[in-house]
Amino acid sequence: MTRIASPRNDRAPATAGNAVEVRGIVKHYGQTKALDGVDLTVRQGTVLGVLGPNGAGKTTLVRVLSTLIKPDAGTAFVDGYDVVRQPKQLRRTIGLTGQYASVDEMLSGYENLYLIGRLLDLSRKDARARATELLERFSLTEAAKRTAKTYSGGMRRRLDLAASMMGRPKILYLDEPTTGLDPRTRNEVWDEVQRMVSEGATVLLTTQYMEEAEQLASELTVIDRGKVIASGGVAELKAQVGGRTLQVRPTRPAELPEMARCLRENGITTATFSTDTELLSVPISGEDELTAVVGVLGTRGFGIAGIDTKVPSLDEVFLTITGKPAPADAVPTLAKEPVA
Amino acid sequence: MSTATLTPAPVRPAVAGGADQRIGLRSTFRHIGALTRRNLMRIKADPESMFDAVLMPIIFTVLFVYVFGGAISGDQDSYKQYMIPGLLGQTGITLAMAVGTGLNSDFQTGVMDRFRTLPIGRSAVLVSKIVAETCRALLSFTILIVFALILGFEVKTGPLELLAAVGLSLLFGMSMVWISMLLGMALRSAQAVQGVAMLVIMPLQFGSSIFAPTDSMPGWLQSFTDYNPLSALADACRNLLNGGPLTHSVLIVVGWSVGVTAIFAPLAVARFRKRT
Repeated sequence: MTRIASPRNDRAPATAGNAVEVRGIVKHYGQTKALDGVDLTVRQGTVLGVLGPNGAGKTTLVRVLSTLIKPDAGTAFVDGYDVVRQPKQLRRTIGLTGQYASVDEMLSGYENLYLIGRLLDLSRKDARARATELLERFSLTEAAKRTAKTYSGGMRRRLDLAASMMGRPKILYLDEPTTGLDPRTRNEVWDEVQRMVSEGATVLLTTQYMEEAEQLASELTVIDRGKVIASGGVAELKAQVGGRTLQVRPTRPAELPEMARCLRENGITTATFSTDTELLSVPISGEDELTAVVGVLGTRGFGIAGIDTKVPSLDEVFLTITGKPAPADAVPTLAKEPVA
Repeated sequence: MSTATLTPAPVRPAVAGGADQRIGLRSTFRHIGALTRRNLMRIKADPESMFDAVLMPIIFTVLFVYVFGGAISGDQDSYKQYMIPGLLGQTGITLAMAVGTGLNSDFQTGVMDRFRTLPIGRSAVLVSKIVAETCRALLSFTILIVFALILGFEVKTGPLELLAAVGLSLLFGMSMVWISMLLGMALRSAQAVQGVAMLVIMPLQFGSSIFAPTDSMPGWLQSFTDYNPLSALADACRNLLNGGPLTHSVLIVVGWSVGVTAIFAPLAVARFRKRT
């Protein structure tokens, strides 16, 4: 054990404003190092996206931080509590939504929340009130009395989120909250997460999707095979790996060179085109640039047959950071998002 | 809630009782109550799971009394007096089986992980499971006794002896809970737990004096049935309800219950602690 001793009963030796502090966490499973010396920090009131392929160690990390497993080495403090020595206090400050920590399918949505409220030592009255409030908030009031096994995937995930919020946790872990959800449901979950964040929650979010990380997180940590391979602000990392690309499909492909020239004249110098794919590509970093490109092309009377924005896939992120592709079998294909 | 504040405090006030806050007794009772309610609501949501508790006593009674009773005892009335106390004795075992399968499914579905991220004692999960299953077993006892009385079964002693028989059955069932827990944590699925448990229970059930006197059995089988705790359990219940010498059989049942608990409870609890 290389855990650093800290004075008994003391609040974290944490840096001011850090909700989660992880230093050198190691977790082995036999020969496999699920976590191989991970460091990360989540600042109070921010969302940290932990990005990585399947098997990178994301879930192991969340399990360590929610006291479900003990690390083999290293230290981790959550809200100032040591994950190893103060698990019970720590559990009062966290909420967890993951693919594994589940609600009880045989109980109704309401009973699930009420149970968790009682286990968190709320009075009967408070547990009832809080359950009703959260069901309302997550649009589950109508389904409140139905058993959870009759819920759709999106409703299940919303109930999971509600369950993790029963105790008004200061820190929320969302372990791949949208994996396996259809795009509409995924957007619903994103909206909810954004709302929690706007209300001041600190969130640690794991995901396989660059796009999700970009939507929700302010800071990113990229992990692979139990190691942190990159970390920083979302803008910073995006600059490193490339942000979105706008792809325009013209009605008349012959006009491609002229479209690019026209954009350059208007100060958009990064436009490129390919006569093979018949696409005009413009890297964009925000809505303003997107609007500008479309505006210029529109006012000059170019015909536009289709528009897409493309987010770099996790594979591309990995390629840029490590120079080698993400492990096979681990790369999701959620790269395209239609805008028009 | 704890005394934690949102602004970073460099030193957390010392917590009474060591580095980790203990769960108070009142909280523990509240948790057990909430989890028992949950386990009972699960039964309500899945009425089929009551089939074994409700229908088994009825099916077994009808089957044995009317199909085999005449052949075994010569007439059905004396067979009722013989078999029904034995059936009563083994009812506690169904309680034990359900604890293992329930625990298994809580681990499999991730519900246990959810509980483990909550500030509750792990014993609450286990105790509540046993309490809920005891409620189910009590229902099973009631159905069996009422049905038996309707068929003309007679308690020749008194209500106290009847309660003692139920108590003995529960005591033995409770000792089996630990074995069931171990199976529940060792095997992959709830079905597997049920399958293995049946495999163990069936020979114990039928290789005992529950359904037929052992005198007509061959010697090698008798040497098994005579040491089978279910024989002692059936004999004890029979003598409690029909009147008869008690000391020997009751002592054997109590001895087995204590012995099994002494061996398997520490193993089961250690494994449970390791997994939770």
